[in-house]
Amino acid sequence: MTLNRKLEESFFKYLSAIVSVLIILVLIHIVYSIIAKGASALSWEVLTQEPKGGFYMGGGGGIFNAIVGSLYLAIGATVLAFIISLPVALFINIYLIKYPRTLIGIRFFLDVLWGVPSIVFGAFGFILLMYMGMRNSLGAGIVTVAALISPIMIRAMDEVLMTIPKGLQEAAYSLGSTKTETAFKIFFRQALPGFATAILLAFGRGIGDAASVLFTAGYTDHVPEKLSDPAATLPLSIFFQLSSPIEEVQNRAFAAAIVLTFIVLIISITARLLYRKK
Amino acid sequence: MKTAIVTAEKRVEHITTEVPIMNISNLNVYSKSAHILKNINITIPKNKITVLLGPSGCGKTTLLKCMNRLTDLYSELRLDGTIEIDGQNILTERNRITEIRQKMGLVMQRPYPLPMSIYDNIAYGLKLKGVRDKNVIAEKVEKHLREVALWDEVKDRLKSSAQRLSIGQQQRLCLARGLAVEPEIILADEPTSALDPISSRVIEEQFSKLKDDYTIIMVTHILRQAKRLADYVVFMYYGEIIEHGNAADIFENPQTDILKEYMRVGH
Repeated sequence: MTLNRKLEESFFKYLSAIVSVLIILVLIHIVYSIIAKGASALSWEVLTQEPKGGFYMGGGGGIFNAIVGSLYLAIGATVLAFIISLPVALFINIYLIKYPRTLIGIRFFLDVLWGVPSIVFGAFGFILLMYMGMRNSLGAGIVTVAALISPIMIRAMDEVLMTIPKGLQEAAYSLGSTKTETAFKIFFRQALPGFATAILLAFGRGIGDAASVLFTAGYTDHVPEKLSDPAATLPLSIFFQLSSPIEEVQNRAFAAAIVLTFIVLIISITARLLYRKK
Repeated sequence: MKTAIVTAEKRVEHITTEVPIMNISNLNVYSKSAHILKNINITIPKNKITVLLGPSGCGKTTLLKCMNRLTDLYSELRLDGTIEIDGQNILTERNRITEIRQKMGLVMQRPYPLPMSIYDNIAYGLKLKGVRDKNVIAEKVEKHLREVALWDEVKDRLKSSAQRLSIGQQQRLCLARGLAVEPEIILADEPTSALDPISSRVIEEQFSKLKDDYTIIMVTHILRQAKRLADYVVFMYYGEIIEHGNAADIFENPQTDILKEYMRVGH
């Protein structure tokens, strides 16, 4: 090798190593600061109680309302988004495969939707809410977050379906399957591990988003009991507590961040385990 | 040159004395930029092995895919002409295409087992045909796994995933799966190209046995394989049929320079 090629080789080797280490350090730092500040505030009381009077000024109670609200909202939105996304993803990969231009158009449209800031979805949800004469509610939050995460779920499922070899499709057809049978009996099963990842990816995005629920789900100190009740969420709980001038309340915000991170972590690990089991 | 034409006609006559199962006439296939199949006219005889022979890219696979309309999956292909099976032009058929496909079992270059158990891979096609009786299904699963000499290897793990089998076993499973829907015709697209020599031989042996009950149409570019298996040979080159006829005739007495060259290099 010439000297130049050797230099090039080692330059990129060290560059990629350094950047990788940097990224990991940043991640570790984030997790460390959350834990450092939040761990002291984390207690059984914080996890299991609703906020009491003067909570945001240092009063007692916990973030139970936000934990349950976030889980309700993210699970509801993920289920709703799945109901929408599965047929769409299968449809574009089974029926639209003969129309490549339409397919490119749809994928582009979904990619744009993926990139739309969540506050825009929040504003859209808010307008819808006003139009239907509803108040801030869990139901409105679920619909808005579902709209936010559907493009993500559809595209993630779409990517999984695109990796299915054409030969499998041909095999299914040659045995006499209809398109619907091919979609639900063959493609769905083949893509299932990938779908699990798509669903959890969307769930992770949904549970962590603050802007889309700000105007739609609202905020409350109570656990919602029906779809028409407003619902608190962890990201907004973090936001409101961090806005407080009192350090104790701020630390509780970090405790909420730990809970949120932990939920996402559990979801990711479950996804991996599911994937490996296959 | 004149003698060549006469011989070619004689060969055609020889084929038509057999019982025909499929009649292809004036078949043309176009993509956006190319004329892939040019004026194909052949008759496929029943209960024989017809081999589509030719170099890669000559349109053999496309011709095979026309026969069960898998060409529907490719938006860029345009077909005209007729392919008649039992007197019915399958190219104009709109609603019964799934039934037509069930008349044909497909074995591909690489096996694609369905994402389910070994048992269900075979049961799948049966269920699509409306077979509900579990005992009948179990019987047929065993019968067809025996037919491809796979039963003894998998009988203790019928419920495990078909995708864990070795590639040779998978290819035999795919053959069994195709046989289970009781087709009249087996379409095979270079069925041994991904297999080791031993698995290839097993598949070839099964084909020779299967021709008593089925019509086999096999694509290959391997001359030796064609010689071992073929009753009839269709030699293709750049989308055209150059020569076709009785295998012994074709191999002993090739008429065109292209086939002579192919046979010389193929050895």
